Amino acid sequence: MHIKQELTERHVLTLTVDNEAGTLARIAGMFTSRGYNIDSLTVADISEDHTTSRITIVTRGPPPVIDQIIAQCERLIPVHKVTDLTEAGPHVERELALVKVRGTGDQRVEAMRLADIYRARVIDATVNSFIFEITGGPDKIDTFVALMREVGLVEVGRTGIVGLMRGAEGS
Amino acid sequence: MSEDFAVPEKSGAEILIDTLIEQGVDTVFGYPGGAVLPIYDALFQHKKIRHVLVRHEAGAAHAAEGYARSTGKPGVVLVTSGPGATNAVTGIADAFMDSIPLIVLTGQVATNLIGSDAFQEADTVGITRHCSKHNYLVKDPADLASTVREAFAIATKGRPGPVVIDIPKNVQVATTSTDVKRATSSRFNPAGEADYAEINRAVELLANAKAPILYTGGGVINSGPDASAALRELAELCGAPVTSTLMGLGAYPASGDAWLGMLGMHGTYEANMAMNQCDVMLCLGARFDDRVTGRLDAFSPDSIKIHIDIDRSSINKTVRVDLPIVADVGAAMRQMIEVWKGRKYKAAALDDWWARIKGWRAVDCLSYADSTQEIMPQYAIERLFAATKDKSPIITTEVGQHQMWAAQHFHFDAPNKWLTSGGLGTMGYGLPAAVGAQMGNPDALVIDIAGEASIQMNIQEMATATQYRLPVKVFILNNEWMGMVRQWQELTYESRFSESYSDSLPDFVALAEAYGWKGIRCSDPAKLDEAIAEMLAYDGPVMFDCRVHKTSNCFPMIPSGAAHTDMILHSDEVSGTMDDEAKALV
Repeated sequence: MHIKQELTERHVLTLTVDNEAGTLARIAGMFTSRGYNIDSLTVADISEDHTTSRITIVTRGPPPVIDQIIAQCERLIPVHKVTDLTEAGPHVERELALVKVRGTGDQRVEAMRLADIYRARVIDATVNSFIFEITGGPDKIDTFVALMREVGLVEVGRTGIVGLMRGAEGS
Repeated sequence: MSEDFAVPEKSGAEILIDTLIEQGVDTVFGYPGGAVLPIYDALFQHKKIRHVLVRHEAGAAHAAEGYARSTGKPGVVLVTSGPGATNAVTGIADAFMDSIPLIVLTGQVATNLIGSDAFQEADTVGITRHCSKHNYLVKDPADLASTVREAFAIATKGRPGPVVIDIPKNVQVATTSTDVKRATSSRFNPAGEADYAEINRAVELLANAKAPILYTGGGVINSGPDASAALRELAELCGAPVTSTLMGLGAYPASGDAWLGMLGMHGTYEANMAMNQCDVMLCLGARFDDRVTGRLDAFSPDSIKIHIDIDRSSINKTVRVDLPIVADVGAAMRQMIEVWKGRKYKAAALDDWWARIKGWRAVDCLSYADSTQEIMPQYAIERLFAATKDKSPIITTEVGQHQMWAAQHFHFDAPNKWLTSGGLGTMGYGLPAAVGAQMGNPDALVIDIAGEASIQMNIQEMATATQYRLPVKVFILNNEWMGMVRQWQELTYESRFSESYSDSLPDFVALAEAYGWKGIRCSDPAKLDEAIAEMLAYDGPVMFDCRVHKTSNCFPMIPSGAAHTDMILHSDEVSGTMDDEAKALV
């Protein structure tokens, strides 16, 4: 007998949650305990009175599993609202990355040229290194990081995705 | 407010007890320890709450479950930090799986010691996070009252479940002004009535069905006695047969004409065949559990499925349904009845359907080869039922063959009379659950139908029954085997009986006497009725060691990974091995 793999879809979910101790552990742990995937997870307080946070989770699974993930999230007491941006329609996704490269001479010039093409900003520089700040969709960042590998990548930090619906309405 | 009118300060422990009383709590199941001493001191001074001292914290949680399921009120547990809390975890997980309302109060080390590996410290909120409906760590006595109030609402409303409140010792001792009242939270809004468009559609489907079935579950019991009454009325109106999961037994009376018996792995042939062949399935507060569905791709292939459940995550979890309705099942059934009557629907002509069901019933799937030499376990349950059915007993069980035989051969006509660990399948559930049920129903006949292996898992609770003079009866089907394990080994592993023999059993009669109980032993079918009568006549706890046929298997049975139509009816159809796909299923 062999374990079967299923075809999966990528979905971006946003959750409006109570900003209280244990909420993040409850959500992240629910994903683990029910065997769901987390590609990325971001969380920050978004309310004036610090009572509400917004969590953006990028997950993968077959459509019925995505449906279950949403239902299981909604079942948690501190979760007020779950939106599946992927399902809801046109939306924007952005991620920020900090990318450090080291090099001199042509390699350094090439890194700078590529950064320019990708509209990455230099936020730290020494005679033999740069830190670039880049924002964009995950594909753009993946590609940029792959290019930087060729010109002296030292390390990279990524925030994970945040997303909003396009247009005037809130989700 | 001037100083003269200052509200008196109270300790966290006093606030806790006051709030429990305010919430209508009269019974608490618990065990003291260092981190809950302030609460126990407050309890000592308040005589309004009756504390039941169990002998192990697992017993406290199961007793509270038994209390909750038999009374419909939430069960309350009070245990200390560390081992007190971890011992209660099995009962919390059990209540979570079976949707039983519990409030579990756990002591915790003082807030300044949390995370320091202090004596009897455990991360209780971490450990219980995914086996409770919700949990809290209360860090300020001013938050206690509002937390407890919200906890009761969460535990009892919507799909019920256990809520854990972890209270550090310094929060129990610290005082606060008692006029602190946080606004009542509105963040928990369970589903209520169903949408009428959906109800209309459901009624239409049901009224036009040629082969309808009502598949009911624990949700009908949890929704309250009126839901059971609504189910009876709805079944009467539409004329459909009724089957139930293990959890839902008693919601529809087993003596009712439309009753098919339990469905699923050890359900009846007629219930499973009717599920397979129906054209409209109305699932009421059940969750298409793997014990019920058998092989998913062969589960009721040609039916239109309507699913009413209060928990949206139960819908489309394993089986795709055609008409999902998120609502309280009792309210939704009342709406269906109202629409049915309003539109003057008549029950469709279901004669053909009932004729087919009659054919399946004729298989007589629960029959077994009786013996005059030995007590057959099925016979023991039948005789116990015959002797007690007029007393409306509350039956608890442990987990295993005896549990399934009880579900098959004991019959329930009312809800809240059948307390069994369904989802988690916890051996050791039945005795403490019987203690809790007897506390909540002092005049009821409470019987734990047990196996000789399961009963030993929480046997210490015999002392609790003795202490509170609870006349519970423990009826052990003693076959000297962990019978269900033995059965699976016989059917799946070519009779390699690995570690399933109940060796070195205690003398249950002597054990009963040691705890101040009465002990009865019987191994002769001719003397069984007399022995059962002796048990029932005794005004006090009785342990009945019923020596039954040792290698009986529980049939009918849908083998692991098989379809409803592939039931094994008798032991001569058993092959003794299974492929890896089937072995991998639980």
